Amino acid sequence: MSHVIEMIGIRKEFPGIVANDDITLQVEEGQIHAILGENGAGKSTLMSILFGLYKADRGVIKVRGKEVSISSPNDAFDLGIGMVHQHFQLVHNFTVAENIILGREGGFVYDIRTASRKIKEISDRYGLSIDPDMVIEDITVGMQQRVEILKMLYRDADILIFDEPTAVLTPQEIDELMQIMRNLAAEGKSIILITHKLEEIKAVAEKCTIIRRGKLIGVVDVAGTSVEEMAALMVGRPVSFKVDKGEPRIGEAVLEIRNLDVLNNKHVLGVKDFSLTIRRGEIVGIAGVDGNGQSELVEALSGLRKVEGGQIVFKGQDITNASIQERNEMGLGHIPEDRQKRGLILAEPLSTNFVIKEFYKQPYSKHGILNQEAIVEYGQKIIDKFDVRSGEGITSLAGKLSGGNQQKAIIGREVEADPDLLIAVQPTRGLDVGAIEFIHKELVKERDSGKAVLLVSFELDEIFNLSDRIAVMNAGRLIDIVDTKDTDEHAVGLMMAGIRKEDGSEAQNR
Amino acid sequence: MKRRTDNRPLEARKASPLLVSLSAVVLGIIAGALLILLIGKNPITGFDRIIFGALSNTRRVGNTLGMATQLILIGLSVAFAFKTGLFNIGASGQMLMGGITGSILAYYLPMTMPRPLYLLVVIMASGLVGAFWGMISGFLKAKFNVHEVVSTIMLNWTAYWLVYDWIQRFIVDPTIVVKSKPIENAHTLRADWLTDLTGFSTLNYGFFIAIIACIVIWFILQKTTLGFRLKAVGSNRFCAEYAGIRVNRSIIISMTIAGALAGLAGLTYYCGYSNIMEMGKMPNEGFDGIAVALLGNCSPVGVFFSAVFFGILKMGRGSLAATGIPTEIADTIIATIIYFTATSVILANFWNRRFHNAFEKTEEAIGLALESEGRSDVDLTTLSSQERKNLRKAGLPLLKARTRAGKEGR
Repeated sequence: MSHVIEMIGIRKEFPGIVANDDITLQVEEGQIHAILGENGAGKSTLMSILFGLYKADRGVIKVRGKEVSISSPNDAFDLGIGMVHQHFQLVHNFTVAENIILGREGGFVYDIRTASRKIKEISDRYGLSIDPDMVIEDITVGMQQRVEILKMLYRDADILIFDEPTAVLTPQEIDELMQIMRNLAAEGKSIILITHKLEEIKAVAEKCTIIRRGKLIGVVDVAGTSVEEMAALMVGRPVSFKVDKGEPRIGEAVLEIRNLDVLNNKHVLGVKDFSLTIRRGEIVGIAGVDGNGQSELVEALSGLRKVEGGQIVFKGQDITNASIQERNEMGLGHIPEDRQKRGLILAEPLSTNFVIKEFYKQPYSKHGILNQEAIVEYGQKIIDKFDVRSGEGITSLAGKLSGGNQQKAIIGREVEADPDLLIAVQPTRGLDVGAIEFIHKELVKERDSGKAVLLVSFELDEIFNLSDRIAVMNAGRLIDIVDTKDTDEHAVGLMMAGIRKEDGSEAQNR
Repeated sequence: MKRRTDNRPLEARKASPLLVSLSAVVLGIIAGALLILLIGKNPITGFDRIIFGALSNTRRVGNTLGMATQLILIGLSVAFAFKTGLFNIGASGQMLMGGITGSILAYYLPMTMPRPLYLLVVIMASGLVGAFWGMISGFLKAKFNVHEVVSTIMLNWTAYWLVYDWIQRFIVDPTIVVKSKPIENAHTLRADWLTDLTGFSTLNYGFFIAIIACIVIWFILQKTTLGFRLKAVGSNRFCAEYAGIRVNRSIIISMTIAGALAGLAGLTYYCGYSNIMEMGKMPNEGFDGIAVALLGNCSPVGVFFSAVFFGILKMGRGSLAATGIPTEIADTIIATIIYFTATSVILANFWNRRFHNAFEKTEEAIGLALESEGRSDVDLTTLSSQERKNLRKAGLPLLKARTRAGKEGR
């Protein structure tokens, strides 16, 4: 078989870092080729070079055996290379067809009907099941992604790059996407899949190129390589998927949630009559499908959202109506769901971000005057302790860090503040194996040092790995609380769908 | 903190805000020069006249600084709000409110009042009324999520008509019914020693108020927890909220301080610079202040210098008339500078690319020089800056020779 894409000896340097160091990638026609690497390993840089967003300092790119120079995404399009970005580029109040022909309308009067017909045809051929007349804002995220794929196919791309395509999808949507990718490959399309999720590679890819810290580590046959082997190649050492933790030493109750009612953004109850107690020395995981009231619950606990009814008692004090600052000072730590929106000020240096909750306290300030020295010293401590990597240390802007390091910075800040209760929401979303391991260890460490940890995650694996008890949420209600060792994923999965084990009926009907 | 000064810089340097602002100024002046050429006049004469009009003697310098005074304060007002993520278009209204407060007090407070006490009272009162006017917008934003651009513009007109009425009602000049009675000299911000020193210019105590305001605002933004809070809200209000900073309170505080600064600008303008208020006139300075803040990159020091620069253009243009060059040229230059400042990204990219190319060239030259010395195995990162300089000098001719050879080879 011939190589449809060859990138030979690619080197790309950024200030202070070699993002790609003599990397070679060879993709065969009609194959699904995965590129595996941790965040910041250089996968995206390599693909940006192929897509014409960056220019390589050195190296040769060949497409279908011919050496080419790609200096803009348009060049890439002309060569039949299409990219499905992590963040969709769609106009929300346009229809699918309008989005797809955007930029290719043709003359002054555009022919949407012919376009629609062609889109329908492509959609049917690859099993995308997209209706060209639907408006983007009315369709699910998974469908929006398929529209992005359609966009590429409509433009006759036969080399498709998928950049972390499953980060935003539900488990079912992931399965559908995998099937679509198989269909595409069967029709002769070549696919490059950028990811750090090993199961996905295992599920669809034939070959896998592994990159670590900008260097090519190896190319493996996926069928003949185990997930553990690939993980070890990616991280550079054996990785444990199981979290080591001993028996919990449970102390007194830290947080008591009593019959809590919270409104959601649509002004209906997002959390209904929710009660839960969390004690020192345990991790309680909240399992549930995204959008079942977890965010509202956490926002109510952290003070970001008003409580309609019920009570929150923290360390024996009623904090139902306490301000956010009061809760912080009482020892409530919060690793927020959206690290870029809530967790950090991206345009400010790390030093500022580390004291964002404590700048008004001594020694960081006195009588309203900041003490930069103390702030820098404290930040340096967090950087060293939590191995936060950045180009310019403490003065790096938070926005310049990789996702994993941003999350480490947030966790460092929250853990260093020594909270009695740590609420962690989706703490490992979008992170690679190495960072996930690190963060899981930190959470267990907190638990073992007698702190209470409330973990909210949409990934059952994570819930089962970390939690001592699991509280299952459905439609804003607590379905049940179970000991992790007395249950399994199947039982919890049923409860997540709102079905209680004992009575076998829908919980909402109670 | 340790900083590596001696080792190889990791990358080409980036364009500083100062360089970008200066480029905008230079481009604005070039555009002005081209326009003057187009109408068949000599640009050198034009600029000479502007400088002459603004700076040729102490009186003119005094007038220029007198003009710059309100621009500094308004620029600070806009810049301060910007830092908190707010766009204060209402400086004109806040300025009018501060001005009318000062004017009414000047009219009604007894002339026997000790001057320091009098000054203290009018400064406090104008600042407070301006602050109140700004606070309304902050409050509307915090409480009802009314965008500050909308509310400040509406409040500009509210102030306009209030002032219209109050001039008539309280301080009208009976002989010229559309203006207020000129304020007695002892009740303005003018000081005899300043007036004498600058040959009867408009320079007044307001200039010192402006300088003090620059220092105070710089201090608040850089050194205080208040500044930390406000900047946090300006950069990411969601994160600020999460961290326990009261976002709404910060918005109100920020608009209040911005309003106070603009109120003081009104005082310096109407009770120090012009000393009368006209009915039905919206002060342009409120909008010039936006340009001042932009050109000054919203930093207090930058605002000071860009205000003085605009002051020079505004005072100097009067002298253009004699040369037949329309005085609007000065306004055109200001407008062009604003365009270039607003598109500062392009300017920054231009400089960054130049710096980058120069950096690459240096690296290459050093590499060649090392090679010719037979030391090609030396790690570039370990060279001291002096060594770098020498090697660059040695390498540049080699680089040139190689490029030439490359061209001939083709």
